[in-house]
Amino acid sequence: MDTGGNFLPIIAALPFVGALIPGVMIRAGRTACATYTFMASALAFILLMLSAPAVFRGEVLQFQLEWLPMLGLNVNFMLDGLGLLFAGLILGIGMLIILYARFYLSREDPMGQFYTYLLLFQGAMVGIVLSDNILLLLVFWELTSLSSFLLIGYWKHLPEGRQGARMALTVTGLGGLAMIAGMLILGSIVGSYDLSVILQHKELIQASPYYLPALILILAGCFTKSAQFPFHFWLPHAMAAPTPVSAYLHSATMVKAGLFLMARMWPVLSGTPEWFYIVATTGLITMVLGAVIALFKDDLKALLAFSTVSHLGLITMLLGFGTEAAAIVAVFHILNHATFKAALFMSAGIVDHETHTRDIKRLGGLRHLMPVTFVIVTIAALSMAGIPPLNGFLSKEMMLEEASHTAWLSNPWILPALATLGALFSVAYSFRLVAHVFLGPKRDDYPAKPHDPAFGMWASPAFLVVLVVLIGLMPNLIAGPLVDITAAAVTGGHPHAHISHWHGLVPAFWMSVAAILGGALFLSLHGALERGWNAAPRPEAKVIFDAITRASTRASHWLTDTLHNGSITRYGAIFAAAITAAGLFAWFESPMSAPTREMLPINAIMAIGWVLLVISTGCIIAFHRNRILSLVLLGVIGLAVSMAFVYFSAPDLALTQISVEVVTIILLLLALNFLPGRTPVESGMPRRLRDAVIAGAAGLAVGGLTYAILLRDFAAESISAYHLANSYKGGGGKNVVNVILVDFRGFDTFGEIIVLGIAALVIYALTKSVLRGPGGRWLLNWGPDDDEAGDRHPLMMVVVTRVIMPIALMVGAYIFLRGHNAPGGGFIAGLIVAIALLMQYMASGFAWAEERQRYHYHAMIAAGVMTAAVTGMGSWLAGRQFLTSSYGYIHIPPIEEFEWATAMAFDTGVFITVVGAVMLALHSLSSMSRRTGEQVNIHPMDVDPGRGAAPADGKEA
Amino acid sequence: MELLLASAIGVLTAGGIYLVLRLRSFPVILGVSLLSYAVNLFLFASGRLVVNMPPILSDDAAGYTDPLPQALVLTAIVISFGMSAVVVMLALGAYLSSRTDEIDIDDPDPIPEAEPGAVE
Repeated sequence: MDTGGNFLPIIAALPFVGALIPGVMIRAGRTACATYTFMASALAFILLMLSAPAVFRGEVLQFQLEWLPMLGLNVNFMLDGLGLLFAGLILGIGMLIILYARFYLSREDPMGQFYTYLLLFQGAMVGIVLSDNILLLLVFWELTSLSSFLLIGYWKHLPEGRQGARMALTVTGLGGLAMIAGMLILGSIVGSYDLSVILQHKELIQASPYYLPALILILAGCFTKSAQFPFHFWLPHAMAAPTPVSAYLHSATMVKAGLFLMARMWPVLSGTPEWFYIVATTGLITMVLGAVIALFKDDLKALLAFSTVSHLGLITMLLGFGTEAAAIVAVFHILNHATFKAALFMSAGIVDHETHTRDIKRLGGLRHLMPVTFVIVTIAALSMAGIPPLNGFLSKEMMLEEASHTAWLSNPWILPALATLGALFSVAYSFRLVAHVFLGPKRDDYPAKPHDPAFGMWASPAFLVVLVVLIGLMPNLIAGPLVDITAAAVTGGHPHAHISHWHGLVPAFWMSVAAILGGALFLSLHGALERGWNAAPRPEAKVIFDAITRASTRASHWLTDTLHNGSITRYGAIFAAAITAAGLFAWFESPMSAPTREMLPINAIMAIGWVLLVISTGCIIAFHRNRILSLVLLGVIGLAVSMAFVYFSAPDLALTQISVEVVTIILLLLALNFLPGRTPVESGMPRRLRDAVIAGAAGLAVGGLTYAILLRDFAAESISAYHLANSYKGGGGKNVVNVILVDFRGFDTFGEIIVLGIAALVIYALTKSVLRGPGGRWLLNWGPDDDEAGDRHPLMMVVVTRVIMPIALMVGAYIFLRGHNAPGGGFIAGLIVAIALLMQYMASGFAWAEERQRYHYHAMIAAGVMTAAVTGMGSWLAGRQFLTSSYGYIHIPPIEEFEWATAMAFDTGVFITVVGAVMLALHSLSSMSRRTGEQVNIHPMDVDPGRGAAPADGKEA
Repeated sequence: MELLLASAIGVLTAGGIYLVLRLRSFPVILGVSLLSYAVNLFLFASGRLVVNMPPILSDDAAGYTDPLPQALVLTAIVISFGMSAVVVMLALGAYLSSRTDEIDIDDPDPIPEAEPGAVE
């Protein structure tokens, strides 16, 4: 690989890196900010120039890096003539714009933001033209849409700016979506998303039945971006942007991205009748239409915008011709247009800046007041009109030459005639720009006193105008080689441009003469023509656009409101029905294999469990309005489920289920304390019937599915054999479930305890915010509906829980310690300990117990997660991966030899987190009852037989 | 046995979905709990039903059941507890703040529809 190729990603990345600079440098002042921003662009430009000699020798520089190879998405860059021309324009004009913007933007404008957006845009553009992978190109393509949105809407206080930005984003964004589809089709035809591969498969692509759809979709992207009819309307509205943006995006770079892509794809897409009729015709219409509208625009920037539309149309038309000669002209005109149009936009900005108006009707006679600007504008405008010997003349003459011998629908006259008409209007508006702004008598009603700006402001356009003149005078010397290599890259051949001022008395010469004379005539008749134009009815693009957006917004509102009416019950019903239907569809679509497993014999006790479960579920549904009863039934179901776990060889699950059951029921009881005790009847019979049908169908489907699964063996071999084989050898534990949790899939468990901790913290936060809101105020006046029990903290319960506490803790410790080798472990032990603590809270009241609680639950959650994390990280010290466990055996006489494993420390983390999370959740709930004014009892129990004798000292006896 | 478990899962699912479709928060919580049972049992069942072969290694065991679904379900049970707790808290908070435990309340103050494309 050539070393030059290594510069390519750096060139593309530099503007993005540079985009970070203004945010830092803006504090150092506006000039420093502009200087550093400039340097980022300049550095990229220098690297580009270093790569240029190789390109001029005919090499194609490449850089390749695999990013997501399975998607065909690679970070591949390439630099050929076309890329060099565009990257040079983007970076070169970018530097001029940075300089210009320094003087254009006023003190109030946030300049740092501006430069950041500008460099983001610049990076995206450079990325487009250097990409050698169409997926990567699409990424950059969308980035230009986004960054140009930011730039167009830079003056956020102007409604035109915001609307223009939105319109530009909508149009170019929609085009971009179409293009993504087109590119994907193209990539799937060829089988590669690498541009350099695609470009070698012309026959394959054009023979494909998907050629036309791909072509239309890609062209939709190009036409919207390059403002081709009928998508041209967004460009004039984007003129609400600051002038440096218009000069950069809307003359030299972004709108040319579409042209770039058409030129890039030219070798494989062009040459067919479809290409010719779609592209050339669109270009032709755009060229004439844009030129006509431009003549009647009074806003300087609007005039230039429509003129840009017209010139883009011209280039599109040339690319559409599909001949090598036309491609050369297209390339040459891209270069020329960028020079004179950027100069004109910047000059329009100068006029606006100095006179505070862009309305041509309010200007005139500026040539004495602003002589420098006058010279710049005149040269650039004459070039735009195609007056010899300037560069615009050269390419326009060549364009007319190409048009003069191209037939449209075998009619040889239409194309030359319309091309001449477009050129004629182009001459007219160019002359008008000079004549109506600078010539004529000096006025005394300018909004501000005009004078030439500082050098820094006119330096950039002046530089471009020098180029205009030089290319005009010595085209073959200055532009010739660049045009040649660019055209070579576009066409894939070895074309040589013959640029000259005099071709003899060919048709193009007479067309040019007609255009210039006609244009001058039209300008002299401008007043009359304008009256006619204003009187004629014509469609207003913005009104149509607004009507379409309004209609589509209304339609999507209708769709959303219909499907999404805010009723969660309705979503639930739709969801359940849809999933069931999808499952049934799959069921009937694919044939079922025969059962491969024998049914297990039915065990009598399990049958009883089944009956309990089914009856309880039925009762919950029947009596769900009685909420306490439902809770009791829920407990029965939980027990039945635990039984199933016990019977089917899952002791760990049974232990977990039964302890979770206890905690859940306590939690629900606490909540029910504040909720109404009964559910009122709300839904009528039809509604209940509907729900029953949905629920019944879903239940049948799930049951059937489970039954089908249970009677068949695994579709693929289970990976559990590995776990069973390595549990003891690798993890040092005999309880495979526990080893999986703390070792094989320790990272999962780590995530899960974090989730559990977060859930508890969410509950805590929710409680706090509820208590602070109206709910808290209402709780202050809350009283229980029914009479409270006289004995809130019964003697028996207090005594029993005190006795049980140490035993429960011991059981917890035992379950925890044996967890690695027998059913148990951190989760279960944590739940058991939490239940033991909870019982104290229930027996003597929460506040009483909390006063004796030394550890913060928040801290416990944090400590647990940290313990697990530190254990996991410990294996880094041994040079192994996160959470790799190790184990060994310790023998301390007289205790029996026992095993240690780092997994134990991890399980400790799990244990602490579970205790903390469960307790924090319940603590939060009970803090609600504290708010109701529940008294903190001084004594552990309400009735204490011994208390009568001893004086109450406020503490436990 | 397979039929019993499958039908139990079906019954729990049906009951869960029916309760989830009720209009008050408490039945919905009950429904979600029933669905959690059903889902956990279903996941567990994907390891197929095996009797008397717990995945505890020992020298005289005839064989072991599939331990992987068990490990996954164990954490699922704990996580579904966390989820239930959050849902309960949400329901309670909503009830205390708005004085009703209805699920589908007509929005008393709908967000005014923005006029698209209009002058801001």
